[in-house]
Amino acid sequence: MINQLSWKVGGQQGEGIESTGEIFCIALNRLGYYLYGYRHFSSRIKGGHTNNKIRVSTTETRAISDDLDILVAFDQETIDVNYKELHEGGIIIADAKFKPVCPEDTKAELYIVPFTEIAAELGTSLMKNMVAIGATCAVLGMEISVFNDVVDEIFGRKGEEIVKKNMDAITAGYKAMEVLLGEKLGAMELEKADGQKRLFMIGNDAIALGAVAGGCRFMAAYPITPASEIMEYLIKKLPQLGGTVIQTEDEIAAATMAIGANYGGVRAITASAGPGLSLKMEAIGLAGITETPIVIVDTQRGGPSTGLPTKQEQSDLMAMIYGTHGEIPKIVMAPSTVEEAFYDTAEAFNLAEEYQCPVIVLSDLQLSLGKQTVQPLDYSKVEIRRGKLVDFDIEEPENKSYFKRYEVTEDGVSPRVVPGMKNGIHHVTGVEHDETGRPSETALNRKVQMDKRMRKLNNLTNTFKTPVYKNTPHEEADLLILGFNSTRGTIDEAIGRLESDGMKVNHAQIRLIHPFPADEVLSLVQAAKKVVVIENNATGQLANIIKMNVGHVNKIKSILKYDGNPFLPHEIHTQCKEMFEYGNV
Amino acid sequence: MATFKEFRNDVKPNWCPGCGDFSVQAAMQRAAANVGLEPENLAVVSGIGCSGRISGYIKSYGFHGIHGRSLPIAQGVKMANRELTVIASGGDGDGFAIGMGHTIHAIRRNIDITYIVMDNQIYGLTKGQTSPRSAAGFKTKSTPEGSIEQAVSPMELALSAGATFVAQSFSTDLKDLTAIIEAGINHKGFSFINVFSPCVTYNKINTYDWFKQNLTKLNTIEGYDSSNKEQAMQTLMKHDSLVTGIIYQDSSRPSYQELVPGYAEKALNKSDLTLDQAHFDKLVAEFM
Repeated sequence: MINQLSWKVGGQQGEGIESTGEIFCIALNRLGYYLYGYRHFSSRIKGGHTNNKIRVSTTETRAISDDLDILVAFDQETIDVNYKELHEGGIIIADAKFKPVCPEDTKAELYIVPFTEIAAELGTSLMKNMVAIGATCAVLGMEISVFNDVVDEIFGRKGEEIVKKNMDAITAGYKAMEVLLGEKLGAMELEKADGQKRLFMIGNDAIALGAVAGGCRFMAAYPITPASEIMEYLIKKLPQLGGTVIQTEDEIAAATMAIGANYGGVRAITASAGPGLSLKMEAIGLAGITETPIVIVDTQRGGPSTGLPTKQEQSDLMAMIYGTHGEIPKIVMAPSTVEEAFYDTAEAFNLAEEYQCPVIVLSDLQLSLGKQTVQPLDYSKVEIRRGKLVDFDIEEPENKSYFKRYEVTEDGVSPRVVPGMKNGIHHVTGVEHDETGRPSETALNRKVQMDKRMRKLNNLTNTFKTPVYKNTPHEEADLLILGFNSTRGTIDEAIGRLESDGMKVNHAQIRLIHPFPADEVLSLVQAAKKVVVIENNATGQLANIIKMNVGHVNKIKSILKYDGNPFLPHEIHTQCKEMFEYGNV
Repeated sequence: MATFKEFRNDVKPNWCPGCGDFSVQAAMQRAAANVGLEPENLAVVSGIGCSGRISGYIKSYGFHGIHGRSLPIAQGVKMANRELTVIASGGDGDGFAIGMGHTIHAIRRNIDITYIVMDNQIYGLTKGQTSPRSAAGFKTKSTPEGSIEQAVSPMELALSAGATFVAQSFSTDLKDLTAIIEAGINHKGFSFINVFSPCVTYNKINTYDWFKQNLTKLNTIEGYDSSNKEQAMQTLMKHDSLVTGIIYQDSSRPSYQELVPGYAEKALNKSDLTLDQAHFDKLVAEFM
């Protein structure tokens, strides 16, 4: 019996590789296993190698595994590209159709099952994926009945016959593999899971659901990888609440339309990836100086320019903090789990209205697209706070003048009215302006309004719920590891191994990137002998931000990866160890 | 009911004396009063340039955005509150150069707002460079030997983009212009109004006199039918687009808001921000 398993299915893009993984995962998730998926895919619709690597575990896991137990191959390329991940005792299950061959140094054992032929005999070769699932079941010694409900839900609307055929395909796959396995049937039997009900979703689902829960009723967006799932979810759900999504002509229109809607009093969002964010920058500055709330999601991918559109990277950090020209108050949040992506997105709308400024929810490709088991989401934890939005009748301003929308206040936040309100008329402009919004270029006014805007966030690092996720059991640690976004689970796992090696390791993921929680991070840095920052970029952007805010320039080191792939636990483990042993940290 | 004076504020425009934009401002204020608006129910969104300042010169909610983006901002405002009257405005550089993409797509989308372009065929605020509306051969600081590019024809573009309301006017014809803006506001869908608004400082070619000599009023063309798209296109081509009046109107096509599935019938900004627990549970169950 094993308590975790790493399974990968690969083939040509457009062959149903993703749905194979999906069906397998949904069924296992329902049994109470923890799943964590990683999709390797290309920026094309059909063709090109694609694979879906899924980790199954009886305990919570948020990392890709280092190696592989089972590889399901629909083409030779899948074997050639992935066989090295398989360890001794691993299994390759390959479709007989492409006459699979294993390289000489393959450690795993090859089983050839006629996926396509079996499926074709049962009605259509499209069901070869179901045959493969059945074959996997035989290795896991799992009853195929666990797929009954999922298959029924997915194919039910096509009629009972289709449901039956798909179940027959799973059965046939099981039986074919059973014969081949002989006494190895159930060789990788998984320990029973806890049967608890959890969710199975990607980060983008959680961001979109968080937006709905957070009162968002309008989105303007332009399609882009890896952000599009957010708009695709909201276009299905917002109409149930009177809202809608407009797919705009470009990224600039998406940002400015969302600004218009927020100015109009609706909670509105836009979402994109790096190239889109570059285009939205001028609009973000407009939201900053006009003090218009807006929530913007940036799902980071490989940059610059078109870069690596379907690959992991965390290189937008500096651009998100400093991207717009001029200086504005801006909040940048970086959830490190799918659960946090839900709560943080909902909260982003509160912060945007309370501080009347742009709020960027930063994600990365692995967090946005990695499908995984997620703890139940608690709607009662979602609050709606609208800050100084005026929702009562206002008196006519003196001398029939304008409403002081930019009134100078102690906390820098001014009362906000939306168009349509009597006696609330004021002017909004991206030009420097006075308290009523009228353009003003005087030196005195410029300083007063600039100071007013910039002091809005003075206290945010103290009031923000969890600016830093901490797993810091050691008062005095040998090593502090810092990261942000999706690296959390991988760092966790690496730390487990470092601790087994005898090191005392603290871990923190920065969740509030800007304004930076300097005091909290400083005390963590001080409590560790050595500090290393893990990030998917080439220049150590987070490390630089940390150094800028807390000093300790020589103490803070970096482990970087920017080849398009997420970190694996062993990479962090060995690099930390090497740096430590050779005194390079 | 508000009078046009109630749409005035005490801000003195920084336009040059004699600028065509003064009349556009006056016509907008009169039209707003004539259609029965209260100042708080009007939002004027403008771009950047001399004409972009107009949102600050009208007593209503006003949003002076960034260069070329008045239309997406205005569409966002309207989607947030369909009960508001929303007017987007700006110059020819704003609408036909940097913002041309938005112009075409706003026309296609047909959200119920009015777009007024103050077209002076020159960049004024940056002190005299060529505009996409400048005629070939037009000499400016950026085209000292004369423009070698073709001028865009916004009215023809609008027709081919599927516009439901296309009109053109001349800033000195205050009465006609006011009537056209009223018709635009009352039109259920996107109304596009191009106004020849001469720049007295930098454009010495397309002057008031030049327009007076070259413009043809559509109501002087016998049998002109503004519901006939083919006739509209032919007339524009025949007169090199130098016509004023309502060029084309299709009142049968529903506006964007009427077509959006599930879109709130009342102002969206008044909708409840919370969900029933049951609704949330249903959303979450889809991920189990």
